[in-house]
Amino acid sequence: MSAASITALAADLAAGRTTAVHLAGQALQRAEAQRALNSFIRLDADAALAAAQAVDAERAAGRDLHLLAGIPFAHKDIFCTKGITTTCGSRMLQHFVPPYDAQVVESLARAGAVSIGKTNMDEFAMGSSNENSAYGAVTNPWGSAHVPGGSSGGSAAAVAAGIVPFATGTDTGGSIRQPAAFCGITGLKPTYGRVSRYGMIAYASSLDCAGVLARSAADCARVFDQIAGFDARDATSVDRPADPTADALEQPLAGLRIGVAREYFGGGVQDGVAARTHAALRELEKQGAVLVDITLPSAHHAIAAYYVIAPAEASSNLARYDGVRYGHRSTDARSLDELYSRSRAEGFGSEVQRRILVGTYALSAGYYDAYYLRAQKVRRLIANDFLGAFESVDLIAGPTAPTTAFRLGERSGDALAMYAADVNTVAVNLAGLPAISVPAGFAQDGLPVGLQLIATAFAESRLLNAAHQLQRVTDWHLQEPAA
Amino acid sequence: MSLDHVAVRHIARLARLAVAEDQLESLRSDLERVLHLFDDLAAANVDHLAPLAHPHDQSLGLRDDVVGEGDRSEELLALAPSSQGGYFLVPKVIE
Repeated sequence: MSAASITALAADLAAGRTTAVHLAGQALQRAEAQRALNSFIRLDADAALAAAQAVDAERAAGRDLHLLAGIPFAHKDIFCTKGITTTCGSRMLQHFVPPYDAQVVESLARAGAVSIGKTNMDEFAMGSSNENSAYGAVTNPWGSAHVPGGSSGGSAAAVAAGIVPFATGTDTGGSIRQPAAFCGITGLKPTYGRVSRYGMIAYASSLDCAGVLARSAADCARVFDQIAGFDARDATSVDRPADPTADALEQPLAGLRIGVAREYFGGGVQDGVAARTHAALRELEKQGAVLVDITLPSAHHAIAAYYVIAPAEASSNLARYDGVRYGHRSTDARSLDELYSRSRAEGFGSEVQRRILVGTYALSAGYYDAYYLRAQKVRRLIANDFLGAFESVDLIAGPTAPTTAFRLGERSGDALAMYAADVNTVAVNLAGLPAISVPAGFAQDGLPVGLQLIATAFAESRLLNAAHQLQRVTDWHLQEPAA
Repeated sequence: MSLDHVAVRHIARLARLAVAEDQLESLRSDLERVLHLFDDLAAANVDHLAPLAHPHDQSLGLRDDVVGEGDRSEELLALAPSSQGGYFLVPKVIE
């Protein structure tokens, strides 16, 4: 099963060596053949083939098409798709058919990319293993006993298994980067506000980012360039032009200063993960990058700050699911109050309920100052850490996750062990910075390791450039799991 | 930070989440563990730091006060589990 790059597929399409219909059919077949991964919540064969036919017809008519025209892909089921059920991995939204498209959905459809379906995910993007889905866990293509990471676990597994060349994802505390690392692919979390959140189901609005998972940084760049930009429908969308990142991919790395953050190699990091990360950094060094030891002294506060702020925002965002306007409604409520509390208890899974309760607690009278307000001050501390570090380096590096993919069930009973999987990723969201996870080879257990690179706000092109230059001289991102 | 059943019931009530009596204890110990994680915040030195609510400290953009979207009430009401005559239906509130 060969997993061609977006540029290779686009060249084949342009030269008439293949068609969008053929590529869509092939992706759908691969998805069917790999049902056991459970990476999709739904496949939309008819819609995909119709969209592919339309692209082929336009090409036959001699129209100038976007590079992504006719390329099959999949959307994380957190993006609203008009007329197509969007569950967000929750029983609450099992029958929710949005009346509009998310901006990310619109922009990829405008380019002619062909969505074959919606990928599985942790419910409302809350999870680091994809075990919190109402539609079942996803397994890792590199080992069926292992998790793919989360919350964009279905997207990561679908790309790693060669079903689609790219998939959309979202990242609130690591939900693109950690599954990308666990599945041996490349995952880009853009700067906060760079990609519109319009139509993306909200978890924690000051942290949520839409992004992309693909095999390579070059492929991520093509997709990112299409989805990035200002959108007035998202009040936090940043109104400044998005420079094409694909143009910067080939820049040499000579003189690029990469800060190696000591804290990212702390106690919980497996030896094999640290070794692979250093090996990848040495490859960058060989290309002229300068490695600098740096310290991010407040990094160890990030998990606590994140797990106050994200649940607090979630408790507010998820208040909208009341059993009245849309979503699940309990059938045996005798009062309005019971309708709310039973619909929510029936519709939400246990991790979502836990985070709503934690967030409600952190915002409640008497605790607001000690938890929420203090967490926001710690957030400032963490953002200041990065500002300080970026005075002397261009990028910051470390392992994306402290371990390789853990086993299914290994942490699902222990929330704190699960949260620890996010130790190296959440700070980036708190500071709103862009970051990428790039394959860095395999640990002794045969499972993939990801290198995380972090840049200053809006410097996605620098991230993609460094990742692409690494992938020019290594083949870790080209490895494929046995089918 | 320690929690008792009264506190858990109170939070669940604020969050409008029905909790069965037999779940109360496991939920309590679960939440208590997560809240212990937050003790770490007290150790951070945040004197003189302003809270950061938004990554770029930006203010929300303003837009012209014009209607951007037409009436979609029928479309949106169609998503409701129960509606009638242009209204959402809920269980009787006033006896």
